[in-house]
Amino acid sequence: MSQPVENQSIQPKRWVYLLPLGIFVGLVILFFIGLELNPRLIPSPLIGKPAPSFSLPRLHHPGEIFQETDLQGEISLLNIWATWCPSCKQEHPVLMQIAKANKAPIYGLYYKDDPEYGVEWLKNNGNPYRANAVDKDGSVGIEWGTYGTPETFIIDEKGIIQYKHVGPISWQDWKDKLLPKIQSLREKSDV
Amino acid sequence: MTSRSIAFLFFFFFSCQVIAEIAGFPFETEAEEQRFRELSTELRCLVCQNQSLADSNAGLAQDLRVELYEQVLSGNSNKQIIDFMTNRYGDFILYKPRFTLKTLFLWLTPITLFIIGVVTLICFSRKQGEYSTEQVSDEELNKIRSLIDSEDNKK
Repeated sequence: MSQPVENQSIQPKRWVYLLPLGIFVGLVILFFIGLELNPRLIPSPLIGKPAPSFSLPRLHHPGEIFQETDLQGEISLLNIWATWCPSCKQEHPVLMQIAKANKAPIYGLYYKDDPEYGVEWLKNNGNPYRANAVDKDGSVGIEWGTYGTPETFIIDEKGIIQYKHVGPISWQDWKDKLLPKIQSLREKSDV
Repeated sequence: MTSRSIAFLFFFFFSCQVIAEIAGFPFETEAEEQRFRELSTELRCLVCQNQSLADSNAGLAQDLRVELYEQVLSGNSNKQIIDFMTNRYGDFILYKPRFTLKTLFLWLTPITLFIIGVVTLICFSRKQGEYSTEQVSDEELNKIRSLIDSEDNKK
């Protein structure tokens, strides 16, 4: 007699049956977002930290030293590159344009390459860099967390790393990402 | 199967990949070598992302192995070495993600889902158990018995 009432309490509410479907749909959405992410873009832990210290010979003047304090004083770019790196060569014309736009000086960290090749390459194709430091054995590259050249950092006037771009910069990247970052940093420092 | 072919299959399927890349790093003590081996398999090569530092022959992996080697030789602790790597390359260099606020979801989801599953299972089975044993009144039980008896009598 009391059976029908008991029976109802045993039946879970209807939405419970939809729960697995809901979880499944949620996971599918999560995985789709995951597929869109680029695993090569690893967030740098250096953002917001002072530029790692280094002291290296300059590419064009091997007798002179280039160090991280040379990056201070104005907002600048540090581009890590080599002549053995095809994407760096692909990026080179954009760096030339950026240098021409004259928004921020570009410094280079010449990574694990023979200085002769670099000098030759810049002589033949134009030199967008204000100065280059030669990191022949790649140890300074490790300090900067380099894993895939080219990499470009935006460093503010106090020498703090504010942004990192991995891979060749396209003109679109410059207009949409790097230049706005530089401008917002400049506004902040002007205030 | 002969014991020989069993042995063959065993070695075929359970052979480990020979870690050739860490050869050429001489150590004086067994402990140092052990530490070097462990760390180089725990750290990821960021160029070939599905390989550890020990497995990869990318240029960067070689450089980081040298770095690792020098740090092990100079007596840095595992924590110091791991901090050195993560300070430069981020947590991504670790194969095993650290337990932090950011990775809470990652670490706790499996165990949470497991607990939910077990609790649900227990609730459902308990309720069904109640239904089948306690809900049948004596009157009904007698009815069932007589039905069964009548079926048996037919045979």
